[in-house]
Amino acid sequence: MHNDKKLFGIAATFITPNEIINAARKIAAAGFSQFDVNTPYPVHGMDDAMKLKPSKLGFVTLVMGLLGASSALLFMYWTMSVDYRIVIGGKPFFALPAFIPVTFEVTVLLATVATVVAMIALFFRLPDNKHPLHDTEYMKSVSADKFGIIIETSDVKFDEKTVKEFIQNLHPFNVEMIYYPEEESYPIFQPKFIAFLIVIAVLVSGTTYVTLNKLLYITPYNWMMEQDKLNPQKESNLFADKYGMRIPVEGTVARGFIPYPFKGQTNPTEVLSNPFLPTKENLALGKAKFNIYCSPCHGYFADGDSRLRGQFPNPPTLHSKRAIDFSDGMIYHIITNGQNVMPSYASQITRDERWAIVNYVRVLQLAKNAKDSDLIEINKETGSNGTN
Amino acid sequence: MAQTEINYQKKDLPAGLFKIGLILFLAGSILAILAFFIDQERAAFNYLVTYMMIVSIGLGSLFLIALEYIAGADWSTPIRRIPEFFAGLLPVLLLLVIPLFIFNHDLFHWAHKEAIADDKILQGKAPYLNVTFFIVRTIIFIGLWSLFYWAMSKNSQKQDETKDQTLTKKNIRLGAIFIPVFALSITFTAIDFMMSLEPHWFSTIFGVYYFSGTVVAALAAVTIAVVLLKEKGYFSPWMTNDHLYSLGSLMFAFINFWAYIAFSQFLLIWYADLPEETFWFLTRWNGSWAFFSIFLIIVQFAVPYFALLTQPSKMNPKVLKFIAIWLLFAHLFDLFWLIMPNMASMKNGYVFSWIDFVFPIAGIGLVMLIFNMRSKKENLIPIGDPKLKRGIDFHL
Repeated sequence: MHNDKKLFGIAATFITPNEIINAARKIAAAGFSQFDVNTPYPVHGMDDAMKLKPSKLGFVTLVMGLLGASSALLFMYWTMSVDYRIVIGGKPFFALPAFIPVTFEVTVLLATVATVVAMIALFFRLPDNKHPLHDTEYMKSVSADKFGIIIETSDVKFDEKTVKEFIQNLHPFNVEMIYYPEEESYPIFQPKFIAFLIVIAVLVSGTTYVTLNKLLYITPYNWMMEQDKLNPQKESNLFADKYGMRIPVEGTVARGFIPYPFKGQTNPTEVLSNPFLPTKENLALGKAKFNIYCSPCHGYFADGDSRLRGQFPNPPTLHSKRAIDFSDGMIYHIITNGQNVMPSYASQITRDERWAIVNYVRVLQLAKNAKDSDLIEINKETGSNGTN
Repeated sequence: MAQTEINYQKKDLPAGLFKIGLILFLAGSILAILAFFIDQERAAFNYLVTYMMIVSIGLGSLFLIALEYIAGADWSTPIRRIPEFFAGLLPVLLLLVIPLFIFNHDLFHWAHKEAIADDKILQGKAPYLNVTFFIVRTIIFIGLWSLFYWAMSKNSQKQDETKDQTLTKKNIRLGAIFIPVFALSITFTAIDFMMSLEPHWFSTIFGVYYFSGTVVAALAAVTIAVVLLKEKGYFSPWMTNDHLYSLGSLMFAFINFWAYIAFSQFLLIWYADLPEETFWFLTRWNGSWAFFSIFLIIVQFAVPYFALLTQPSKMNPKVLKFIAIWLLFAHLFDLFWLIMPNMASMKNGYVFSWIDFVFPIAGIGLVMLIFNMRSKKENLIPIGDPKLKRGIDFHL
C-alpha cells in the first residue's frame, strides 16, 4: 500500500504536558534536531526542552520597523519641507514633533504586517499549501487532547528502526507512521485554482458593477427628477453644436461685477479715485476686513510686525513715506492686483470692501504720524478737550 | 515540569548592606544638613528631588505588589518580598516629609501670602493650594499608603507561618481597593510637590507622567536587588533567567510608556503654542537646561530602549543590573529636571553646586538601611504563598 508513498516521520502522542516535555528533552539530548512538537495549547518551557534557537523572525521586525521609521520621516521631510512647503500654525517646515506620531504608526504598521507575512511565509513554506501532517489521525488527536512529538526523516540521524525503538522506549500513548505521496507536490498555482480565482474575480467585480451602476438606478417613478430643461454641462438639441452651455457674447459683464481697467499693470499711470467717504460705518467695515485679510502679514497697526515676520520676505510697514504718498487709487490697485510677494485679493475682498480698507489704512497712517495740530483739529470737530 | 521542593533556610543578608547603607546615610545626612546652612533654597529643592525619588521607589513597589495580586501573576511570587521590603519606605515618609513642610516658603511660590495678594490666578487656586490643606492631604495620602502597605505585608508575613490561602484572597481585595486610591493619590502628589512649584502652569497628564517614571524606578530598584541577591546565591533554586526576562520586559514596557506619556505632554503643548502652557518647557530650554532636556530623552529612553530591545539582553543578569542602575539614576535625573529649573536663581541655566550630589547619597543609604531592616524580620521567599510553586516553575 505504501509503495508509492514516502515516510515523512514517526509520530508519538502523550497524555500529559509533563510527559511531552520529558520526551522533547530526551529526543533533543539524543542529538535529533529535525523534530517538532504539536500541542493543543502552548506548553511553557518547551523552547528550552527542545533546545530551540531564538527565532530569526525578530530581525524581520527590526529591519521593517527601521524601514518604516525612515521612509515615513523621509516622505514627510520631502513633502513638507522640500517639495510643497506650507506654513502650518507658524511651525517650522521640518516640524519633528508633528512627524513623530505618523512615524510611530508607520513603523508599527510595517513591522507588524511584515512579521505576520514573514511568519506565514517561513512556517507554512509558501507557496506549498499542504503539509504531510494534514489529515492524519495524529493531527486530529493533538488538536484535541493529546500532546504529540514527531521525528522527521530529514534528520541526519534518522533510521526507521532505531527511531521507532527509541520512541517506544519513551512509553507513548500511541505511535503513528506518517507517509506522504512521493511524486505529488502541492503547488498553490495549479491551473484549476487559477481559473477558479479568475472566475470568482470576474463574478464579484461584475455583480458589483451592475449593482452600483445599473440596479440602484432603476427607478419605478422618477418624481420629476428628469425634465426637459437645460441642465449645466448637459447636451441640448436646441443648438446646432449640441452644447447646452453657451459661450457668452464678447464684452459680457457679470452682474455686480465691473472689470478692473488697470489689471496686470505693475506701475499704472492712471488709477481710479475713491468713491467712498470715510464715514463711521465705512471705517468699521474697513477695520474688520483689514484685520481679517491684511493684518496676518502687515500687523494689526500696519507696522509690518506680524507673527509671520521672518518666514517670508518681511511684509513692509504701511507707514513708510512711499506708502503714505500713495494715492487711494494706488492702494486699491495694489490690493486688487497684488505687488511683489503679495498676491491679488480681488477674489476674496469685494470692490466696496477694498475701498473701505483703503480708508482704514489712511486712518492708521494718520494715527501713527499724527501731529499736535491734528489733535487740535479733532478737538474742534468733536468739541471735546482732548482727554478722551 | 518538575515540581521543585521548597526547603527554604533563612539566611541573613550580607553585613555590608547595613554598613555601607549606614555610612552613606550618615555621610549624606551630615553634608545635607550642612547644605541647609549654606544655601537653604537649593538644599530644600534638592531635598524635594530625593524625597520624590523615595516616594517613587516605595509607592511604585507597593503598586507592583498590588498588581501581582489583582493580576494573579505567578512569576513574580518568588521575588515579591523585594518590593515588600522597598515598600517599607512608605511609613518613613511621614518623617521625611516634615522638612518639606518646614521649608515650604523656599519651595512653593503659592505659599507666600504677598505673592497671592496681587495674583488673580493664584487667588483662584488658593482653595486648593494653601499650606493647611497641603499638609492635611499629604499626611492623609502617606497614611493611606502606609495602611495598605502594613495590611498587605502583614497578610503576606502571616501566610509564611499559617499557609492560609484566604490571606491571598484578602490581599487581592486590598490590592483592588488600593489601585484607585493609588491612582488618585499619586496624581495629587505629583501636582502638589512638583507641578505646583510653578503654580501658574498646568498639565492634565502630569500625574500619569510621574506614575510612569515611578514604575520604572520601582522596577529598577527591584531588579537591582534581585540580581545582586541572585549573584550572592540567595535566590539560587527559586529563580531562573525567565524571571529576570519578565522584569526586563516590564522595565522595557514602562520606559516606552514613559516616553509615550512624556511625548504626549510635550506634543500637545508644542502644537497649541499657548503662552500659558509653553513657558514651562521654555524654562527647560533656557541656556544649559536645553542640554539637560535632550540628555533626558537619551538617558531615560534611547539608551535603555536599545539596550533592552533583544531577548538575550533581557535575560542577561549583568546587562539587567547595569540598565537597572542606569534607569534608577535616569529617574532621579528626570525628577531633577522637573524640579530644579523652578528655582528662581536657576531659571536661566544650570549652576553647578556640590549640594546636588549629597542628597541622593543620603537617600540611597536610607533605602539600603530600610531594606536591611525589613529583611531581618521576614523570609526572602513568601514560603506560604499558594502561588509560589507555580512561580518557581515559571518558564517562558
